[in-house]
This record gives sequence, structure tokens and C-alpha cells, in this order.
Amino acid sequence: MPSPPVRARPTSPHLDIYRWQIGNSLSILHRLTGIALAAGLLALCYWLVSLAGGEDSYAVAAKRFASPIGLAFLIGWTFAFLYHLLNGVRHLFWDAGYGFERTQRHASGWFVVLGSIVLTLCFWALIRHSAS
Amino acid sequence: MSLRTPLGRVLGMGSAKDGTEHWWAQRVSAVALIPLTLWFLFSLLMLPDLAYGTVKTWLSLPASGFLCALLLIVLTYHSYLGTTVVIEDYVHTAGMKVLALLVLRFSYVLVCGAGIFAVLLLVTRP
Repeated sequence: MPSPPVRARPTSPHLDIYRWQIGNSLSILHRLTGIALAAGLLALCYWLVSLAGGEDSYAVAAKRFASPIGLAFLIGWTFAFLYHLLNGVRHLFWDAGYGFERTQRHASGWFVVLGSIVLTLCFWALIRHSAS
Repeated sequence: MSLRTPLGRVLGMGSAKDGTEHWWAQRVSAVALIPLTLWFLFSLLMLPDLAYGTVKTWLSLPASGFLCALLLIVLTYHSYLGTTVVIEDYVHTAGMKVLALLVLRFSYVLVCGAGIFAVLLLVTRP
């Protein structure tokens, strides 16, 4: 009897079978911002090491962070952090058993998106204000 | 009638050999990070500037050094738990998965260790 052809077994997660909507988009964004923040932790440690290294190494690090690419990363990490924070609290409410209704899920989702954008702008406005 | 052994039933673990510890640790560290990260961001905002002397004076204080070290430890733990799941989810070859998880774990210890050491240097040599 011929053996059945070997087929690659499906592996999870099946990212391409979902219709894009706010629920799964925000879930994926939570994971993406988490990965970005892991890189941010690396940058934070680099900044602290440069500070402990003395004035010269701190100046080098500060110059890197103040460059256009460095600033883009810092603003991106600010948004990633605030989004991850707000959406994380949203997840904690779900874990506690609240906010599962469709309207609640959508409202809290949009609140998280708008809130993290607004807070990112506020944070950098304050930074610019104190820098000038 | 269950075919599970009494020990298996008491331990309450399935074929994954792992219960809810990972999930729970992720939540507990998340809750701890809310005040720690907000303290860090607000402290940065409260500083008059981010010049070397200003930042060094602030982080040389025992209270800020202590909180900063705690922040790094919990942040590393939380981040490690999260990125571990990402690798477990997306790296499907057995050898690659073990290698990636090992590299990840070593990297976190190295980077976080350097960060905490830097904070300790700042506090002990103001």
C-alpha cells in the first residue's frame, strides 16, 4: 500500500487567516511594541553605562540619541512604551473579567490608540519645553 | 475512570509540563512596572536638563539608584518573558529554537547586568 504523501504540518500562529480589524490589529501591535521595547531596554542600559563611564562617554551617547535617527528611535520608543502601557492595562482589566462587550472592547481599543499618540506628543512637547 | 497517575493529577500539569506560572509572572511584573516606569519618565521630565552633571547627581542619590536598579531588574524579567514567547511562537525548527532561546537569555543577563552595574557605580562613586 503506498504511503500517503508527507505534508508539512500547519504551525501556529496562523497570522494570514484573520480579517484585519481593530481587535487583532491592536493585539499584534502590542507584541510588536513589546519587541521594540526590548531594543529600548538595550538603549537604556547603554545610556546608563555611558553615564557611569564618565563625561566623555556620556557626551558620545547623548550625541547619538540627539541625532535625527536617534530622536526618531526615542520618539518611537516613547509611543511603543505608552501604547504597551495603556494596552497592557486594558489586558489586565480583561484578565480581571471586565470590558469584554463588543462596544467596550472597541471603545477601550480606540482610547488606547488615541491616548498613546496624545501622550507621546505631550511628553515630547514637555521635553522640548524644558530643553529650550 | 482517569488513566492519569495520582502524582500527575496532583501536579496538575498537562503535556506542556508547565502551568500558569509564565502567564502569572508576566502579569505581576506588568503591574510592578506601571509605577516603576512612570517614576522613571516623570523623573526625567522633572530634571532641569539632561546634562551629564544633572543626570549623574540625580542617579547618584540612593533612592533613585535603588529604584533604577529595581526598574532594570523587573523590566528585564518582563521583557525576557515576552520575547521568549515570541521565539517559541515563531521559531519552529527545534535546534534553532533552543539556540535562539539560549542567546536571548544570555543577552538579557549581559545587558541587564551591565545596566545594574552602571547604576551601582553611580551610587557608590558619586
